Amino acid sequence: MNDTSPAGALRQLDVSIKHKSYRAASGGTIEVLRDLRFTLKAGAVGALVGPSGCGKTTLLRIITGLDSAYTGAVHLPDHGKLGMVFQEPRLLPWRTVEQNVRLGAPEATNAELDALFDALGLSAHRNHFPGELSLGQARRVALARAFAVKPDLLVLDEPFVSLDAALAKHLQEELAALVTSRHVTTLIVTHSMDEAIGLADRLFLLSPSPAHVVAEVPIARPRVPHTAEELAKIHGEIAQVLDRVGKR
Amino acid sequence: MNVASRLFSLVLLVAAWYSASEIAGQRIVPGPQTVGFALWTEAESGALAFHLAATLARVAVSFVLAMAIGTAIGIWMGRSRLVDRLADPWLVALLNLPALVIIVLAYVWAGLTETAAIVAVALNKLPNAIVTVREGARSLDRQLDEMAEVFGMSRWVRLRHVLIPQLAPYLAAATRSGLSLVWKIVLIVELLGRPNGVGFEIGIAFQLFDVTRILAYAIAFVLVMLAIETFLVQPIERHVSRWRPKAA
Repeated sequence: MNDTSPAGALRQLDVSIKHKSYRAASGGTIEVLRDLRFTLKAGAVGALVGPSGCGKTTLLRIITGLDSAYTGAVHLPDHGKLGMVFQEPRLLPWRTVEQNVRLGAPEATNAELDALFDALGLSAHRNHFPGELSLGQARRVALARAFAVKPDLLVLDEPFVSLDAALAKHLQEELAALVTSRHVTTLIVTHSMDEAIGLADRLFLLSPSPAHVVAEVPIARPRVPHTAEELAKIHGEIAQVLDRVGKR
Repeated sequence: MNVASRLFSLVLLVAAWYSASEIAGQRIVPGPQTVGFALWTEAESGALAFHLAATLARVAVSFVLAMAIGTAIGIWMGRSRLVDRLADPWLVALLNLPALVIIVLAYVWAGLTETAAIVAVALNKLPNAIVTVREGARSLDRQLDEMAEVFGMSRWVRLRHVLIPQLAPYLAAATRSGLSLVWKIVLIVELLGRPNGVGFEIGIAFQLFDVTRILAYAIAFVLVMLAIETFLVQPIERHVSRWRPKAA
């Protein structure tokens, strides 16, 4: 049963995928996901962390309804309204920054857009076309579009990849501030443990392909600057958890 | 500079025409002044405007018809392999059917009517539009498609803001080649079975061996098409491609 229904009563994100495989070009099938289960409470930020090529993007495609060829079920929170930030900004190059956001979120009011553009430092670029923006700015527009939707679930697929470290850190802080102020249920996929620790309430650690959740690690004080000591402690806990799982 | 070089090339053309008429004689190649005078007389009597309007109306209707249907079929064939495989032999047959055969058959089957004339012209342009738009539909960006789906954009928004802008260069190419093709075929249709229009006038002139009138009408129509290209097609093209970063 493939069920991506926005069930009214369910307020949390509920993912339970039994099996997902691809038909390889050479003829065989490649299993990408197996028995992958997790739930994310309403208003919480979950981070899916795993090695590259473990099927994270496939998982997101299933959750967002772009791929329905799997066995299992996905229940989206509330009405299932989605806001998504893809790995690439995926803006319409022939529409201005503001038009791009409005087309993604036709119900957003002027005041809401003003606030978003202000928070993301885009006010000066409203009438620019995406071709006139840097990658960092285009990423911000993609973030603005996803937040403008006022989504029931915000999905981010490696939103800071291929930005320089300083800019990635800066954008991550802006994202943390937005998520905190808006209480959006958020799912972020990343290969960077530090990024995950800096943003999430809860980490879901994924195994190599076929991926499943090997461990969940709650972050005690999410989205506040961690000291080096705290970071080391969290990394230590994660190592311990992974170690325990590995021995089983 | 641009205008000057164009003007120079035009002057050269008229000069070549003038010398050709001097060498071949006024009866075979009437000179620019003779044709100009004929053009003036036809314009004064109102005949020129009447026949130009008749031809232009046929060009407009059959062009719009062929582009609308051709775009729809082209997109369909570009996006579905099954449809492409089923419709391709028909397309090849239509592409290779001589314009004259289509026109004669249309007149035989539907009588010497306006509808037959317009359908015949549209059918001649149709395969050309389909092939061009199909090429565009094959190169559509799937990533933007997915973005539109995740954000729940309506069919209309996807058509207007995602699909058509991607097809714009192909639609422009089809328009360019289409307008010139259509007006040439309209003349044949008029010659064979219409009681008015530039093609009808040229038919009469042919019977009287009146080269002056043939050239006068041909030049008048070329000027009209040039005006359409300069004042309609090019401004639209500039507007549609305004988002492309300009070369410095």
